[in-house]
Amino acid sequence: MSLVTNLTLFVLAAFLGYEIITKIPTNLHTPLMSGANAISGITLIGSVLVAGSGETTLATVLGVLAVVMATINVVGGYLVSHFMLSQFNRGGR
Amino acid sequence: MADGVLGHLPPSALELAYLVAAIFFIQGLRDMTHPRTATRGNLTSSGGMFLAVVATVLYFEILSPALLAVSLLIGGAVGTWLAVSVETTEMPQLVGLFNGFGGGASTLVAGAELVDATGGGLGLELTTTAAIAGIVGTVTFFGSLVAAGKLHGLVGDSPIEGRTNQILQVVFFAGAVLAGLFLMVQTGLLGEAPLAGWLPAYWVLVAAAAIFGILLVYPIGGADMPVVIALLNSMSGLAAATTGFVLDNTALIVAGTLVGAAGLILTFIMCESMNRTLTNVLFGSMAEGSDEDMEDIYEGNITETSPEEVEMMLDAAERVVIVPGYGMAVAQAQHAVAELADLLEENGVDVEFGIHPVAGRMPGHMNALLAEADVDYEKMRELEQVNPTFSQTDVVIITGANDVVNPSAKEDEGSPIAGMPVLEVWEARSVIVNKRSLSPGFSGIPNPLFANDNTSMLFGDAKQSMQDLVDAYNENH
Repeated sequence: MSLVTNLTLFVLAAFLGYEIITKIPTNLHTPLMSGANAISGITLIGSVLVAGSGETTLATVLGVLAVVMATINVVGGYLVSHFMLSQFNRGGR
Repeated sequence: MADGVLGHLPPSALELAYLVAAIFFIQGLRDMTHPRTATRGNLTSSGGMFLAVVATVLYFEILSPALLAVSLLIGGAVGTWLAVSVETTEMPQLVGLFNGFGGGASTLVAGAELVDATGGGLGLELTTTAAIAGIVGTVTFFGSLVAAGKLHGLVGDSPIEGRTNQILQVVFFAGAVLAGLFLMVQTGLLGEAPLAGWLPAYWVLVAAAAIFGILLVYPIGGADMPVVIALLNSMSGLAAATTGFVLDNTALIVAGTLVGAAGLILTFIMCESMNRTLTNVLFGSMAEGSDEDMEDIYEGNITETSPEEVEMMLDAAERVVIVPGYGMAVAQAQHAVAELADLLEENGVDVEFGIHPVAGRMPGHMNALLAEADVDYEKMRELEQVNPTFSQTDVVIITGANDVVNPSAKEDEGSPIAGMPVLEVWEARSVIVNKRSLSPGFSGIPNPLFANDNTSMLFGDAKQSMQDLVDAYNENH
């Protein structure tokens, strides 16, 4: 895909992100951050590619490290958000 | 390359899977706009992630499946362990650390892609995007490590001012950019010829960006951490997005950009709540305040109170607002505070929480702590909502907050915090300030609120004081 197509996606996603995130209440800013954090772990699919299909040993080693780090980010981020959000819903004894 | 289990499908099949994943992420974020739907939103978003990863693994040929499985398992186990074992009070440093891992992974992926592409020649587009991804990802990783270290008390968190540090920041940032330019110029000059000799430039870039990241976050004080954490969050997203350009991968671009936007919005909300610019938080220092002697302001004007006295005031109150600050987090007083609120409610008192956006060490920090203590989110009020209600409030209890309730922000134009939106607690009939001492907050300036006629100081640790209040209240009801 061309650089311009990628740039188009980038710009549109930025505007979309702005529109959605401004509607999120302060109450949920911490779980939003850890949830968004987990989404940034999407770099995991790039890591998977270089770890699983690296053509050189160096690339594979870098990829394996990247997979470990990105997975911590994804799994940890979603779990932390989940725990926090369930606390919000338990509120009001 | 596309020789995985589903490798016989056309590339558009994988693109479609990424599109569905992107829809999951967007819908997940949309559900975050309300606490009732937010849990579902988080699950939707994680479903999108699962789909994107599984589609990628099935589509491409994986040369070493065992190695990949092991690294996924290690990452998953560590992530789960961290999420399960960490206390809510340690949440800011954990979120900071996770940000860093995302950024670090992006740096490594961009590096690995350069290493692998060397054999076939490097295009200018690849080296440019890899250089950007490398800088952003590395600054995120090392900046986050320092931020998490500060929040965990491993690195000193008092603000440091100094010209030397600023000069070093410029030097190392310039070094990283120059290494990036070198990488790009080499490609431009030498076309697509394979030349392993270019590669060290990328690692020089990473090293320089690492030192820059450390120097950037190291001097920033603890109370500015909400801004830093939000900014690093944004950068971890941008690192993923630029890595998406390196790999020509739409899922990375869309998801990374969404996170970049989210983090950036939070960053600016935090800055506005302090009436400071981002540049000022990162590179500046708080303006010097007038050298007023704190002793003069406080001398003879401080009224000390006891839990029993406060209990009597609460007994006569119809509306109480509780204002928590970082002190509540440090003392882990949220459960005692919640218990006090419950008791008051049971006795027909209208109780709300007034929460300043930068109270604590990350966006929404107080809200997350109170939610952990089972406080209803309907009771947590933002600054704009709660300020007009103070004049109809009988008692305000401030626990562990200082600068966010300082009237100087409104009344003293020469004050370092002039113009910062604050909770106008002094409008209430009586104000109880629970603090360990009269020491100033992060801004280093005295708080005239403490000397007001309708203010009483309840000295002591937040948890102990709130527990004493609960006990005193129980004795009489």
